[in-house]
Amino acid sequence: MSAALAEAPPETRVHYLNANYGIKSWLLTTDHKRIALLYLASITLMFFVGGAMAVMMRIHLIDPAGALVHPDTYNKLFTMHGVMMIFFFLIPSIPAVLGNFLVPIMVGAKDLAFPRINLLSWYIFIIGASLTLYAMVSGGVDTGWTFYTPYSTTYANSQVMATALGVFVSGFSSILTGLNFIVTIHKMRAPGLTWFRMPLFLWAIYATSIIQVLGTPVVAIAIFLIGLERLFHVGIFDPAVGGDPILFQHLFWFYSHPAVYIMILPGMGVISEIITCFSRKKIFGYHFVAFSSMAIAVISFLVWGHHMFVTGMSVYAALIFSVLSFLVAIPSAIKVFNWTATLYQGSISYEAPMLYALGFIGLFTMGGLTGLFLASLATDVHLNGTYFIVAHFHYIMVGGAVMAYLGGIHFWWPKISGRMFPDTWARLAAAIVFIGFNLTFFPQFMLGYLGMPRRYATYPAEFQVLNVMSSAGASILGLGYMIPLIYLFWSIRYGPVAPANPWRAKGLEWQTSSPPPTQNFEVPPVVTEEAYAYGPPGSGREGAHD
Amino acid sequence: MLIQGAKSGLLAALQTSPGIPIFPPRASTIAGGVDQLHYFLTVLTLFFTFVIFTIIFYFMIRYRRRSEDEQPPETVTLMPLEITWTLIPTLICVVVFAWSASLYFRNANPPNAATEIIVIGKQWMWHIQHQEGVREINELHVPVGVPIKLTMTSQDVIHDFFIPAFRVKRDATPGRYSSLWFQATKTGTFHFFCAQYCGEGHAAMIGWVHVMTPDDYAAWLAGTNRGETMTQAGERLFHQYGCVTCHVADGTGRGPSLVGQFGKPQKLRDGQSLTVDEAFLRRAITQPNSMPIPNYAPVMPTFQGQLNEEQILQLIAYVKSLGGEERKAKGQ
Ligand code: HEC
Ligand SMILES: [Cu+2]
Ligand SMILES: [Cu+2]
Repeated sequence: MSAALAEAPPETRVHYLNANYGIKSWLLTTDHKRIALLYLASITLMFFVGGAMAVMMRIHLIDPAGALVHPDTYNKLFTMHGVMMIFFFLIPSIPAVLGNFLVPIMVGAKDLAFPRINLLSWYIFIIGASLTLYAMVSGGVDTGWTFYTPYSTTYANSQVMATALGVFVSGFSSILTGLNFIVTIHKMRAPGLTWFRMPLFLWAIYATSIIQVLGTPVVAIAIFLIGLERLFHVGIFDPAVGGDPILFQHLFWFYSHPAVYIMILPGMGVISEIITCFSRKKIFGYHFVAFSSMAIAVISFLVWGHHMFVTGMSVYAALIFSVLSFLVAIPSAIKVFNWTATLYQGSISYEAPMLYALGFIGLFTMGGLTGLFLASLATDVHLNGTYFIVAHFHYIMVGGAVMAYLGGIHFWWPKISGRMFPDTWARLAAAIVFIGFNLTFFPQFMLGYLGMPRRYATYPAEFQVLNVMSSAGASILGLGYMIPLIYLFWSIRYGPVAPANPWRAKGLEWQTSSPPPTQNFEVPPVVTEEAYAYGPPGSGREGAHD
Repeated sequence: MLIQGAKSGLLAALQTSPGIPIFPPRASTIAGGVDQLHYFLTVLTLFFTFVIFTIIFYFMIRYRRRSEDEQPPETVTLMPLEITWTLIPTLICVVVFAWSASLYFRNANPPNAATEIIVIGKQWMWHIQHQEGVREINELHVPVGVPIKLTMTSQDVIHDFFIPAFRVKRDATPGRYSSLWFQATKTGTFHFFCAQYCGEGHAAMIGWVHVMTPDDYAAWLAGTNRGETMTQAGERLFHQYGCVTCHVADGTGRGPSLVGQFGKPQKLRDGQSLTVDEAFLRRAITQPNSMPIPNYAPVMPTFQGQLNEEQILQLIAYVKSLGGEERKAKGQ
């Protein structure tokens, strides 16, 4: 297989990065790999903008009376942090960057099914992001990323319209990307690549795309209605004219709970790739891992009510939402067990991607288990709206999704850039991120149970110790995120040239050169073995070693 | 059985809980049960996290790569294992669900004898009014050992009344009534917070619950200048806004008599039958046209915008005082 490929330095070969030059060749590209890099640049910017806001919040909260900003500004900080991180970083992160880069290569195709639509979705994303950034610099918005009515429709005097429009627009980008992936996975798989030979990353992206296509229109409608209400006072959410503010929460969470899985499912796919590669083992329970992604995609649409247990919903509705929320936990547990079992009798090595993956398993386990506190009605009543929630979803979305994203970026960096990153630095950064993360968010579980509500610009003095701990952790976490930014940039110029398959991984993406040629493969590939055929020669139907 | 056993064990453990701030004060009849469940879930979380971490660390060391060309054996997926680790989490979920749901269910509705106190959220303060007429802002005085039902609404955006020491919380939503109940078990002073983001002063929407002995409470009530009771205020409004001209007690007016209506079913013109409760009365006053009653011309003017939330609640208190089935506890 890849042994046949000449591992010449990238400068001497034509590949997607040097096939042509100039701004135009990037801004008008339809190459999925270049579009992936456009996304990478844009969402990295958004990540650090959102991250800077988090740092300001954590500094502010060192003092119970607020150390840095006016409460009004604080409210804008957490709103913009949430909007940036969720709509403009986490939702596009793995799908739009790694998915864009990898889906066509993993299925053995030249590009996505609709390359121009792919470029269009990046432009739509940029328009949405620009609107939101405009909202930020022209005064900011203070509704919370949840836009609850009637505050957002009638009472907020900030840039609600610009932000809502930005989020609304970016939703279309998400829908188009999802659609593109679904069609590509259905229609463009290489000869021999049956559904059950697909890498689990593809299964995860497929499940995610379904949620994106089905769920995003609902949040788009909800946000559209906010716009209507602000402009024309139509009264859908305004109780003064017979509207119902709670209706908005139903619409919003109908999308935004599944959106949690838009953020975490692709991460789970990444983890399956990394764990198998660095333990040189086929995944344990392939079908269980694949189907649990699909189960999550389906059930996640039926649990939105768990965000609303304290709104006064009927006891029976609450019971049903509670039971369904427990149900959605089971497929996640199955995945964790299968990943762990994959390590058994493996040949495990600890390059940076693997450290991120192992960190993911631990943090995701905690994030998932603390979800049970919130699915349980009696404890949710106490914990809802407190820092416990903040801690829980950061364990899932930062401890889970961001760890997986970073793991994936490192794993495929040699393929994307053609260069190796400095592994010592990378391991160090992974360790710092892990420690900083836990120090930041673990105290918040305790704060939540003690009763500290979220979104508080000031707080009673008894909560200070835990807040200071959390802020200290945040500074470590911030550092942990800066280091990869620096050495990844550095590696583009100075990193050692990457071979086609530095990790000796399976999967079509490792059979083409690093970086791949514009058309991805010199010869269209044919798949003759199942995914993760790391076993002894012959066990995966074909030679497992190169 | 299983739950019962776990509970008694936990209770013992809880009584010796150390001084580090892990639990907020435990001061209501509900709090103990919630803490037990919380404690159980914490142990469960730590246990599974520990197990997963231990296994991973063990595998990491035991199966570390010793040479570049190492060839691990083929993965064999074991069906019995898959089934086991699907069933175990399922079973745990069933147990936790049953436990939490039964706790929630039992605490969902206030006891019939609960004393009602009105709470109105407003950017950015809590208005509280006792039936006796005493008004407070960001302070709530209650007697210990007496079930208290808070009937809540909001004048503007959604707020949320949260008393950590009692482990209770409920949104106060504009345009509707919600209720929350508790029975304090300890005298003392406890924080309450607004737990639903409501704008600039959200973090300032906090106050204190003062739990007093019944005697102290009675003395406090007596010593506070209270003016009219809620019912008296309602009666005054009933005359002031001309309700009395149509709603004549003997039923001869242009509107139905309101005497003895509360708690009874009321048929609407479209055939549906609703119970006359707080929500019904609120709608009848603010949107009379949305609920025409057979045999009466729809002539009642709307009072939306003319009466504030407090006045509406006072009118409701007055209508309630006109008799009817004894106040039935209605959970939301
Ligand atoms: C002009 C006459 C009129 C006035 C003034 C009036 N009402 Fe009414 N009210 C009615 C009529 C007629 C109905 C029957 C509902 C319908 O068909 O609209 C009604 C219905 C009601 C009901 C529902 C009764 C039931 O048994 O279901 C309540 C409660 C009520 N009014 C309270 C008030 C209050 C409080 C005021 C003063 C703030 C008020 N009304 C002022 C005419 C009036
Ligand atoms: Cu959810
Ligand atoms: Cu508030």
